[in-house]
Amino acid sequence: MAYSEKLIEHFNHPKNVGTLDKSKNTVGTGLVGAPECGDVMRLQIEVDEESGMIKDAKFKTFGCGSAIASSSLATEWLKGKSIDEALAIDNMAIVEELALPPVKIHCSVLAEDAIKSAIADYKSKNA
Amino acid sequence: MGSDKLIYLDNNSTTPCDPRAVEAMLPYFHQIPGNAASRNHPFGWQAEEAVDYAREQISNLLAVESKEIIFTSGATEADNLAIKGVFEMYSRKGNHIITLKTEHKAVLDACKKVEKMGGDVTYLDVKRDGLVDLAALEAAITDKTVLISIMWANNETGVIQPMKEIGEICEKHGVLFMSDATQAVGKIKTHPKELGIHLMAFTAHKMYGPKGVGALFVNRKNPRVKVTSQMDGGGHERGMRSGTLNVPGIVGFGKAAEIAMQEMEADAARLSVLRDKLENAFKENLEEVYVNGNVEHRMPHVANISFKHVEGEGLMMTFNQNIAVSSGSACTSASLEPSYVLIALGLGDDLAHSSLRFSLGRFTTEEEIDRTIEMISKGVNHMRDLSPIWEMFKEGIDLDAVEWSEH
Ligand SMILES: Cc1ncc(COP(=O)(O)O)c(C=O)c1O
Ligand code: FES
Repeated sequence: MAYSEKLIEHFNHPKNVGTLDKSKNTVGTGLVGAPECGDVMRLQIEVDEESGMIKDAKFKTFGCGSAIASSSLATEWLKGKSIDEALAIDNMAIVEELALPPVKIHCSVLAEDAIKSAIADYKSKNA
Repeated sequence: MGSDKLIYLDNNSTTPCDPRAVEAMLPYFHQIPGNAASRNHPFGWQAEEAVDYAREQISNLLAVESKEIIFTSGATEADNLAIKGVFEMYSRKGNHIITLKTEHKAVLDACKKVEKMGGDVTYLDVKRDGLVDLAALEAAITDKTVLISIMWANNETGVIQPMKEIGEICEKHGVLFMSDATQAVGKIKTHPKELGIHLMAFTAHKMYGPKGVGALFVNRKNPRVKVTSQMDGGGHERGMRSGTLNVPGIVGFGKAAEIAMQEMEADAARLSVLRDKLENAFKENLEEVYVNGNVEHRMPHVANISFKHVEGEGLMMTFNQNIAVSSGSACTSASLEPSYVLIALGLGDDLAHSSLRFSLGRFTTEEEIDRTIEMISKGVNHMRDLSPIWEMFKEGIDLDAVEWSEH
């Protein structure tokens, strides 16, 4: 299977790999697994208290190349967005941007779920 | 091979055709165009002679009679012919077949078809090292059992089954013994008659011959074994497999067998040193490296290794512009299932997910192995830096206790 150049670029040079301090109230952490293939993604956001904008995002992913590229892209997209804008990120936009083949669509779903799960964690901390 | 060249460590999928086999084949495409079944002119005679010669070369490698070799289109067809052919031929004697869960799909799916045809099939578990449990095998035999089908060497792990002991059990109970020896023939000694094997499937393209040609060995004396043909037509191959013979392919197959007979011992000795070097280097360079399958009863050129907390497809992407291997990871398969062979060995999904199969071959060089060690060690470290599971493992978190939110 030949992957797109954008996907390979994100895979070879993933953006925002790392860990944020999950004990902070400004940090939301999502840890999700894909039941289809057993892959695991952890995505974190840090929200600026004053502006309410996402000022940082980090990920670590155990998974295929498409899952790693999807999470790298997702963290790029998250930075500078409001929570509502972040919630609107759709996995199909990731599919399109990285030209994922049909068998790899669930890898982008994993990224969308990780975003939603990180936001839910942030909201529950700040409810 | 130059350092910019792709390193091919996927010889269990297929081997490159040996140039000497290619050379032997060439005249049979154009200069000698005959159909081996044309009995009335020199073109046909020449083709028939070439086929007979190849049959000799192959039977010499196996220490069997040339008449016991039935040419097919490959091991898949030979497996099907053996299993369905025995089932049909011996239906009055019984309808039960015993095989292993770790067999190749060609055997498993032929057995499934047999079940649809009214047969009864037992799929035995293997032990954690991939070996058959001989006591369980013997216990599974009933008075309806006609065939035991157990592969010689596994394609994913290289694990070699105790053929002699299985043969003795078959002999004791009067059951036919069939083996898919695709991964063993031409690489280690495979003399079916010494071990009580009655039918044996193999293929040219796993032993440095061409693709699209294989054979089934069918024992002709004590006992005289027969199979019902699965391909009907002109009655070629003693009525067991009709269809015009692939003369160039068969000539290449024969040449590959002759070369194997002369060189396989030296190949095996050289490759096992390289394989061990590869395996030991990973164990030294990296943590949490596991070798899958029995390491004592194993093909000399195969290593199946799990790099824990790293997903195989992602890992392959770190080097697959340069090195060809295969993985048991779910992410590499269209079905998103991890390797059923590794699962049958009792590996958790996580280890199956993290596995790579290295299969070396006649054309593998030490320099290639050195570069493989370097690139893959780097790839594993890269992937572990990216892996949340590795991070948790390093922090001492019990991964089995983590609750994942699933979508
Ligand atoms: C153990 C085993 N049996 C059967 C086959 C099928 O062989 P062929 O490609 O010749 O049909 C293979 C090859 O994939 C194999 O490894
Ligand atoms: S996340 Fe497993 S196949 Fe992509």
